[in-house]
Amino acid sequence: MTTNLQDRAMRSEPPLTNDATIRVRGVVKHYGEVRALDGVDLEAAPGTVLGLLGPNGAGKTTAVRVMTTLLKPDAGEITVAGLDAIRDAARLRERIGLAGQYAAVDENLTGVENLTMVGRLYGMPRAAAKQRARELLERFDLSEAGTRPARGYSGGMRRRLDLAAALVARPPVLFLDEPTTGLDPRSRLALWETIEGLVADGTTVLLTTQYLDEADRLADRIAVIDHGKVIADGTSDELKDRVGGERLEIKLSDGAQADVVRETLAPMAAEPPFSEDGLVKLTVRQRTGSIVEAVRRLDEAGVGVDDIGLKRPTLDDVFLTLTGHAAEESDDQQEEQR
Amino acid sequence: MRRLVSDTLVIAERNLVRLPRAPDLLLAFTVQPIMFVLLFVYVFGGAISTPGYSYVDFLIPGIIVQNIAFGGFVTAIGLNEDLHKGLIDRFRSLPMARPAVLAGRTLADVVTNTLSVVVLVITGLIIGFSFSTSAGEILAGFGILLLFGYAFSWVFALLGLLVNSPESANSLGFIAVFPLTFISSAFVPVDSMPEALQWFADINPFTIVVDAMRALWLGAPAGNSIWGAVAWSLVILAVFAPLAVARYRRAAGGR
Repeated sequence: MTTNLQDRAMRSEPPLTNDATIRVRGVVKHYGEVRALDGVDLEAAPGTVLGLLGPNGAGKTTAVRVMTTLLKPDAGEITVAGLDAIRDAARLRERIGLAGQYAAVDENLTGVENLTMVGRLYGMPRAAAKQRARELLERFDLSEAGTRPARGYSGGMRRRLDLAAALVARPPVLFLDEPTTGLDPRSRLALWETIEGLVADGTTVLLTTQYLDEADRLADRIAVIDHGKVIADGTSDELKDRVGGERLEIKLSDGAQADVVRETLAPMAAEPPFSEDGLVKLTVRQRTGSIVEAVRRLDEAGVGVDDIGLKRPTLDDVFLTLTGHAAEESDDQQEEQR
Repeated sequence: MRRLVSDTLVIAERNLVRLPRAPDLLLAFTVQPIMFVLLFVYVFGGAISTPGYSYVDFLIPGIIVQNIAFGGFVTAIGLNEDLHKGLIDRFRSLPMARPAVLAGRTLADVVTNTLSVVVLVITGLIIGFSFSTSAGEILAGFGILLLFGYAFSWVFALLGLLVNSPESANSLGFIAVFPLTFISSAFVPVDSMPEALQWFADINPFTIVVDAMRALWLGAPAGNSIWGAVAWSLVILAVFAPLAVARYRRAAGGR
């Protein structure tokens, strides 16, 4: 008894300061010389989606692996669903679902067999596991395919089966590592809707992605990760605000008039307008009425306009501003493509 | 413990259910060993002198031991595939008993090994092999075969977790097991070999297991071979099972 108390005192467990479902503090993980995670802090509130956005090799998968007990961090604290991912790993595994980067399904088993196996490994009796498998197949529109070996499934079907496997035990916390990589646009959209449905039912989701539109659509908060560090986090809007306000983009009928346009619109702009190939961009001082005012000024100056619109900065702009390189591909891949 | 048993059975079932759906595997357990028996008996048989025994009688215990050692390939290749397809990650993220994935695999091997032993014995009986011992001794022979095969499956389990691809599991396993089985008493009498090889063949566990099989099925002098075979199997098991599980745990994040 005494030892227990001493143990507890020595550990000096920091009390949770809030009710975050996922809390990661100062996590470091080395692979030999490489610092895959270099002091990562993350937090996700219950029933929300935390998007981990970054290029290949940024450390997203390593982060998921330490949070799902697959990998022991070299330093730092991880709490998921109120359990310590290092000391309470065994109990934590009962409360999380993981869908990794590869659709982890046994190709030689049918859909039903795959899910029943996972259910039984969660400790469910055979009949209950089978029942749950059928429910999930129904929900993921795989009922018909459920009796066929997964070998014959399309990429989208495999992903759905994989996600279904992660949901067998109705985990309150779900980890999805690049869930839509390699999917066609339709399957991608369908998977997004499924994830939104899960979150609406109260599931907390951590999602990694290298697709900006995906983070934009699904994530309540986004942590941008690069070289093992979180370099920015916040809501999608907050991140966009960091890059600057809205931009007015004007496509000119005659590119030669760009200089005139820049001069005409300069009073409206927060920074000197920028032009390229007949497209003028400017960050406006005030959003409201800016289009009308611009059209009026250009009309008075006798400039022909093809198109005009207000554009919010995209997460692409955010990533470029924060890291100095684009998000969609790592440097290596770009290298390869040349 | 109850969890370990039930999880192991779930994994074993998974590996057996898929067998009939992967015909190439089934061929490896059945047609391939039959082919080897026929090739050895009818191609080499006439040129190899096995005093006291017909070559068929001499060969069957030997080739069955070789075959059972190769049975573990399914484990090595299967585990390696699971590793690369993310299935091991999935299993690791589940609240299941840690050794169950490996224990289930190796248990499934016992079933497939039994299948291929039966196929080989029947083939042997058809082409002239005959037991010359009691039913009890014959059964003990089956027992030693399955025990040795089970121990070897753990060697392959470790191999499967260490290598980078199923192909390298295949070729590394081949390079290791092929010479071991050939420089033994499995196919030719050891005293027909050069002296250096004789020395190796005499201490080779394959020779000891093959000699034990000949003692139990043909009534050949046993010496220490029966206990030696059991001891070797237990030693291999005691060394490689913990190593394989440790490797699995380490890959599982040190837990």
